[in-house]
Amino acid sequence: MKKRKNTKFDILLYFIFIVLCILILIPFYNVVILSVANTITYAKHTPYILPFTVDFSGFKEILKDPFFIKSLSVTLFVTIVGTTLNMIFSTLTAYVISRRKLLGRKFILNFIIFTMLFSGGTVPIYLIVTKLGLLNSIWSMILPCLLNTYYIIIMKNYFQSLPRSLEEAAIIDGANDLQVLTRVYLPISKPFMATFALFYSVERWNEWWHAYLYISDKNLKPLQIYLKDLLVVYDSQLAPQLKSLAESQMKIFPQSVQMSTILITMIPIICLYPFVQKYFVKGVMMGSLKE
Amino acid sequence: MDIDSKSLKKPKEREVVKIKKESSIIRSIKNNWILYLMILPGILWYIIFCYAPMGGTILAFKSYRYDMGILKSPWVGLENFRNMFRDRAFIQAFKNTIIFSLGKLLFHFPVPIIVAILLNEIKNIRLKKIFQTIFTFPHFISWVVLASIFTNLFSSNGLINQVLINNGFKIFSPLITPDGFRGFIWISNIWKEFGWDSIIYMAAFTSIDPGLYEAAEIDGAGRLGKMIYITLPGIKHIIAIMLILEVGNIMGGASFNQIFNLYSPPVYGVADIIDTFVQRYTFEMGVNFGYTTAVGLFKSIIGVIMITLANRLIVKTGEQGLF
Repeated sequence: MKKRKNTKFDILLYFIFIVLCILILIPFYNVVILSVANTITYAKHTPYILPFTVDFSGFKEILKDPFFIKSLSVTLFVTIVGTTLNMIFSTLTAYVISRRKLLGRKFILNFIIFTMLFSGGTVPIYLIVTKLGLLNSIWSMILPCLLNTYYIIIMKNYFQSLPRSLEEAAIIDGANDLQVLTRVYLPISKPFMATFALFYSVERWNEWWHAYLYISDKNLKPLQIYLKDLLVVYDSQLAPQLKSLAESQMKIFPQSVQMSTILITMIPIICLYPFVQKYFVKGVMMGSLKE
Repeated sequence: MDIDSKSLKKPKEREVVKIKKESSIIRSIKNNWILYLMILPGILWYIIFCYAPMGGTILAFKSYRYDMGILKSPWVGLENFRNMFRDRAFIQAFKNTIIFSLGKLLFHFPVPIIVAILLNEIKNIRLKKIFQTIFTFPHFISWVVLASIFTNLFSSNGLINQVLINNGFKIFSPLITPDGFRGFIWISNIWKEFGWDSIIYMAAFTSIDPGLYEAAEIDGAGRLGKMIYITLPGIKHIIAIMLILEVGNIMGGASFNQIFNLYSPPVYGVADIIDTFVQRYTFEMGVNFGYTTAVGLFKSIIGVIMITLANRLIVKTGEQGLF
């Protein structure tokens, strides 16, 4: 192709995309500047569009709260243990249904795919999880979301796309099926597996719904629920009385506490995201274009 | 292993056909026992967390009693469904669900396609990556966090209203005014997901034959022409699949997280969808579980019908469907 200079069309494109970027970043920028704001400067400057003060009392306040530390550790546990279990069982399931020689493979595949189409609904799932004794147990945030059918299907397509000669060579060397997976397939699939580990870990980190249903014990609430409760307490529009109460008690700018919590909740995603971003584009491509 | 067993069996093949057939099944299971063992936890999980709840939908025909459990609660026939169609709040939630989904199909669905096609036109690879990284970022932030951010941003003393009031405009609070809420849901969802949704189309571009572009150039096609006549048709099979998924999701499963975290009593009338209705009626208002199970079952059945119909329609037009 010929090398082109930037035409008017290109300039228009850049303009559109830069505007979109600004629209996406403004809310996050607002979080950052408010997290280090305080009551005095916030009242003085309207609109509050620049970091007029850098005051970390919001962060200090939140780190003092023992329930925040507890919820952070609950979320860390759910994310680390949950993602590990997610990956182990999804990989096993996906690998098995990718084996063409397996008798009953088609049946198992349909058995799994059917759950994507039809679900029993919230209430029966709730009753079953309750029946399993998971109410107010940290496992209620891990077990009900152990497998993600959509990811399993993508993983299965990926395993099927690997050259068969790899498997055959390993079997001639005396490897069994489990060893084919752990010694041959997994070592060459690190970027692919990293993608799904990221997907699962973001899901576990962001998880709030199961906790909302099954956890009432304050010591077991994850970060997202902690934040959700904080919103109710500080919501400036719906509960002005509560707001003034909180303000007078804590002598702290309520928004900065809330925004600090939001920022802490986003930090792991912000830190990890740029490094794994290139992998997930590949991961989505591999999964979506096969079959 | 497959190959080994076949070659071993060959000499005996003609002697005992029937026995061979039976033993080959047993042998296949024996040879693959490790595989069956590996998938056992997965199967058990699907039985417990997916199929048992499907069985639990018999509750839709029962009146749930805490002391009796799902199986022993008394049957009430179609009572729950009759009540459902008499329940104004349910009818409203059903209508809202459809409105949200149709709006999403109309306003949201084309955006990632357009963005992907335009992004594909940017020749500076580094810049393209930076744009893509920024666009995709909100996808990874939960609606709990985003709801906190938006509630603050649009509150009476939040940034948006500070700017508006300073410039002499009226206060704008879409989150608590019925007129603005739906639009806010659509726009904020586009804001969060368009970058992520466009990735799948970006991936599909790589499968377009570059020769087509050269041919079009020779034929005198401009840049816009190439976008419309080559890029767009090149991804139409992916568009078709995404459309099936979107139509199949018409009962609004995807919007639950968003609406549940953003709505509040003043906007329940326009905001309530079936999922939020079930959630609130079951866990906050203590309505009989049988009733809300019936609502859930109704939703699931419509969902299955919609996705099957959409798939059939797509197959009829000559595209490859989902199943």
